[in-house]
Order: sequence, then C-alpha cells, then structure tokens
Amino acid sequence: MNPRFSLVLLAMAGLVVAFAPLPVSFTAPQTRTFELDARQFAYSPSELHVSPGDTVTIRLVSTDVVHGIYIDGYDLSVTADPGQTATLTFVADKPGSFRFRCNVTCGAMHPFMIGKLTVGANDWLYRSIGFSILAILGLLSARPLITDY
Amino acid sequence: MELTRLPLLKSALKSRYPQLAVFIVMLVGYIFAILAGLIGTPVGSHNFSIVFVWIAWWAILILVAVPFFGRGWCAVCPIPLPGEWLQRGAVLAPPDKKPKWLNLRVPKMFRNIWLQNLSFLLLALFSSVLLTTPTITGIVLAAMLFAAIGLSMVFERRSFCRYLCPVGGFIGLYSQTAPAELRIKDKQVCAKCEGKPCYNGSDTGYGCPWDVFPGGLTKNTYCGLCMECIRTCPYDNIAINLRPFSADLAKPSAKMDEAFKAFIMLGSAMIYAGVLLGPWGALKDAAYNVGTGAWFIYAATFLGIIFVVLPGFFALALSLSPGPSPNGRGGGVRVFSSLSTSLIPLGLMFWVAFSVSFVLTNASYILAALSDPLGLGWNLFGTANAAWRPILTSMLAPAQTLALVGGLAWSAHTAQRSGHEANVSSIPVIVYCFIATLIMLWLLL
Ligand code: SF4
Ligand code: SF4
Ligand code: SF4
Ligand SMILES: [Cu+2]
Repeated sequence: MNPRFSLVLLAMAGLVVAFAPLPVSFTAPQTRTFELDARQFAYSPSELHVSPGDTVTIRLVSTDVVHGIYIDGYDLSVTADPGQTATLTFVADKPGSFRFRCNVTCGAMHPFMIGKLTVGANDWLYRSIGFSILAILGLLSARPLITDY
Repeated sequence: MELTRLPLLKSALKSRYPQLAVFIVMLVGYIFAILAGLIGTPVGSHNFSIVFVWIAWWAILILVAVPFFGRGWCAVCPIPLPGEWLQRGAVLAPPDKKPKWLNLRVPKMFRNIWLQNLSFLLLALFSSVLLTTPTITGIVLAAMLFAAIGLSMVFERRSFCRYLCPVGGFIGLYSQTAPAELRIKDKQVCAKCEGKPCYNGSDTGYGCPWDVFPGGLTKNTYCGLCMECIRTCPYDNIAINLRPFSADLAKPSAKMDEAFKAFIMLGSAMIYAGVLLGPWGALKDAAYNVGTGAWFIYAATFLGIIFVVLPGFFALALSLSPGPSPNGRGGGVRVFSSLSTSLIPLGLMFWVAFSVSFVLTNASYILAALSDPLGLGWNLFGTANAAWRPILTSMLAPAQTLALVGGLAWSAHTAQRSGHEANVSSIPVIVYCFIATLIMLWLLL
C-alpha cells in the first residue's frame, strides 16, 4: 500500500477511535448512596460504579484517624473525623473512571490511599486499547519500509 | 548535530568551575535531605527528604533528565563526589599520578550490573516504606554516600557508580533512548593517539572515572557524562551530539545482566502501578508491613514476576516464533538478550506513565516543603500552608495513554529493527509488548 495513503487511513481510524460515540445503555438517573469506610490506608468498598446522571451520596466513615476523600476530575472533597461520618452529594455528570484519594495526611501510606469511581463505562480505557491496536497495525503496515535498513 | 561546536557550551564544559558550582549546590541539597530525613518530621509529605527526593527529584529524573539527557543526572549527581575527591586527594587540582589509596581493580565477576540489579531490587522490595518514611530515606541516602566513599578508597575510579548504584543501573539502561550522546569525532585520530589520555589521565584531567574508553563508545549506558575526556583529549576529539531518539538500540548489544535490568524495570513499573496507585488496600498493607507474612508473599510475588513470569513469557514467545530457530551454541540466549532491548522504550514509558500520576497529584507538597522543610512549623517563603491539591487531573489519563501507546509503538519499532538484525520474526515480541501495555492501561486508567 502507498505509505502516505496508509498514514491518512491510520489518522482517520485514530479519530474514529478517539471520538466515536460508544453505545450507552440508557438508564433513568437514580439516587445512589454509598457507605464508605476509611481506615489507614484504604477505603472499603474501594471501587464504586454509578451511571451517568445518578445523584451520588457518599457517606464517609473514618474508623481510625482523620481521613478525607477527594475525587479527581470532579474536584470535590470532604473530610471526616475519627468515628464520625461526613457526607458528600453530587450529580455524576462526567462519565469515565476517576481516582478518589485521601486528602488529609493520615500516616505513612497516605499518598497511596486510593479508590476508584467509575461513572458509566470506562470509555477511555477502551479507546486507549483501540489506539494501541492502531499503533501496531500502523507499524506493521509500514514494515516494508523498515526492512530496507 | 554537534553541541560541543557551541563555543560557550564547550568552554563551560572544559572548565571545572561551572560543574563544581552545580556539584556544591547538589551536595548541600543532598546532605540537607539526609539531615531532614533523620531529624525532621516523621510525616513524609511534610519532610524535605521525601518531598524533594521522591517527588521533585524523581519527577525531573524520569520525566526530563533520563528521556532527554540520558545520564545527564549522573553529570551532576552528588553521591560519588566526596569519595572521588578523597580518592584523588583533590577537588580541582590537576592530578598527580600516584594513587593515594588501594586503587584496586574491581574483580572480574563483579564487572557487570548484576549487583546494581540486586541493589535496585533490595530497595524496590522495601519501596513502600522507603517512599513514605523520612528516616528510612535519610538512612538510605547516607548509606549510598558512605558506600561510594568506601568503594573509592578500595577500588579505582567510580566503582560505586559502575557496579553498585541502584539508580545508576536503570539510568544507564534508559539512557540509550536519549537523543543526546558523548562520542569521539574521528576514529583515526584515536588510533594514532599515543597514551590514550582520555582513559589513562594526563596533567589536564583524570582518566575516565567510569572506566570507559571513549574511543570505543557505542552506547550511552556506561558513560557518566562527567566531561573529563573533553578536558583530557589533546586532539579535541570528543563531541556531544544530538541524535535521533534511541539510536543506541538500532544495533542491540545487550548482555544477560542488561537484559534482566530491562525485565526488572518493566516489572517494577507494573507492580507499582497496581500496588501504589490501584484501589486494592490489601496489596498496600502487604507492601508496607515489612516482615509480616503478607509482605513475604508480596516480596516473593514481586521477584517471581520479575525473574520468572516476565522473562519466561518472553522466552516462550520467542520460541514460538515462526521461521528458522537461531542455531549455534548460545544462539537462543543471544536472541533473547538482543530482543530484550525492545523492552527498553516500553519500560521507560511505563515509568513515565506511572510517575506522571504520582507527581501531578503530589506536586503541591513541594511548595509547602520549601517553606517548612523539616516540618517544624517554619514558613521561610510564606508557602508553608499551601493546601494539597492535585494539579491537571483532567490531563492525566490522556497523558498516560499518550505515554503508553507511544511507548508501545516505539518498542514495536525497536523490535522490528532488532528482529531484523537478529534474523528472527519480531511479531512475538510485539505481541508481548502489546499485552504488557494492555495490563498497564488497565492498571492506570
Ligand atoms: S551512578 Fe548513581 S551515584 Fe553514580 S552518578 Fe549516577 S546516580 Fe549518582
Ligand atoms: S585522548 Fe582523544 S584522541 Fe586520544 S584516544 Fe582518547 S578520545 Fe581518542
Ligand atoms: S571520561 Fe568521558 S567517556 Fe568517561 S564517563 Fe566521563 S564523559 Fe564519559
Ligand atoms: Cu487517609
């Protein structure tokens, strides 16, 4: 294949992978409440799944020292004193997968006290896998150029 | 393009003073980090040693210095300096030829990077404690300084850097991908050169402290960019060049110790991504509680992944490779080690993707630690109370994808070239890199 043609093809495929809408299963927005236990240095449950549009309430319970939660991407946070419960309510209007992490220094492994909130599907992971496949295909189609070394 | 053509750069490198100035700043910072670790607050994220070593230095090292300057960090690293100054009996003065200390040659069996592989693993197994506990960081930094001094007293040149430094091993491995190199200009000039002062020293400077003959350099791995040969070469035959990325990997020449370094680094990046940045609390507990049963299982799994799983599947993939199998004694080993160089760009980009997340979320500690380095309530620059806040979190996932997919393409390209060189199919290696990338994407995104 003409290398310039395959490059154009590759770029177009890349755009499709980046922006094509993925199938979503429409569910009516719900109200979801999670009881999130925080201890040194983990949340339980540590992975939350909600649907886009859901109204999410996180009731954070610190079981040992002061902990908090900060949600990447949503830029929301709340902290809870030992034995206390703090509540954070928001509408999950951004789809994707986000880390949430403790925002109060709570001991040695504090920087790694991390959980994961997934709103809908983790689209970006699938798109990234798509990019990986395209990158390999692109290289393989360019292989005739490389064997000339 | 030859950078040493620039007269200003050339004279800055030839003179010892600019380098000495940087050295002194670095050494002061290093000693301060040791002290801060030992006497400062035990809270890691407010202690200079943790924040400046594991956030600031690490970010600069893995995101900038190694990818763009290769061993550039080693050119300014303070760790070997006190030992080197003692060994020479001088800080700046031109060398007098009499060795002042034992000046032994390192025994042949240690002249490889296996000890560096071990020293890295030793730190890696304790990394959760090391990364978060100022006293441990202080002790490790001090131990490296004293180990370098001790080795300088016993052995010639920079034996610590060449054979023991836990950081130097992977900097050397990944420096092969950098778009900069120090090389000779003209082989003929070297062939005629009497006495080879670049290796043996002269009254203008010391023989290569890294025990490298500049005339024979074909890869960046073992040249510490100390600039001595620029000072000693009487024929001005040393150049620093800009070059394409990963030029050293075009004709791979890896030995088993270097091949395993590639697996060690690839595996560690994946394990850290899962343990430190993943949502699994039990893994973090196991990694942190050194000495418990869970930690031993963690350590055994860590070593198993690095020494058995990753190289095992790599060997398996190569053996399934279509086409004629490499014949001759050691043919398989040679193919294994030369194709393992394809994992070098992949491993580097895994580390970039892992570090970018860690660094962006914790960079805001740098401001606070600058004003209150010991966590004693000082406020030197008025930034002590800067709040913790992750920066650029919306850029994080795209940046990680870019690094990982870019690393995959870069590695696959390298595999195609080294497969061609070794006369075997590159497809199994490409599939291997693809699967590793999928795992890393799943862990990080
Ligand atoms: S090898 Fe290690 S001690 Fe030596 S200069 Fe490099 S980082 Fe510093
Ligand atoms: S001193 Fe210069 S010319 Fe002589 S061998 Fe070394 S690099 Fe070559
Ligand atoms: S003397 Fe030259 S070749 Fe040797 S480490 Fe220094 S810069 Fe590299
Ligand atoms: Cu916490």
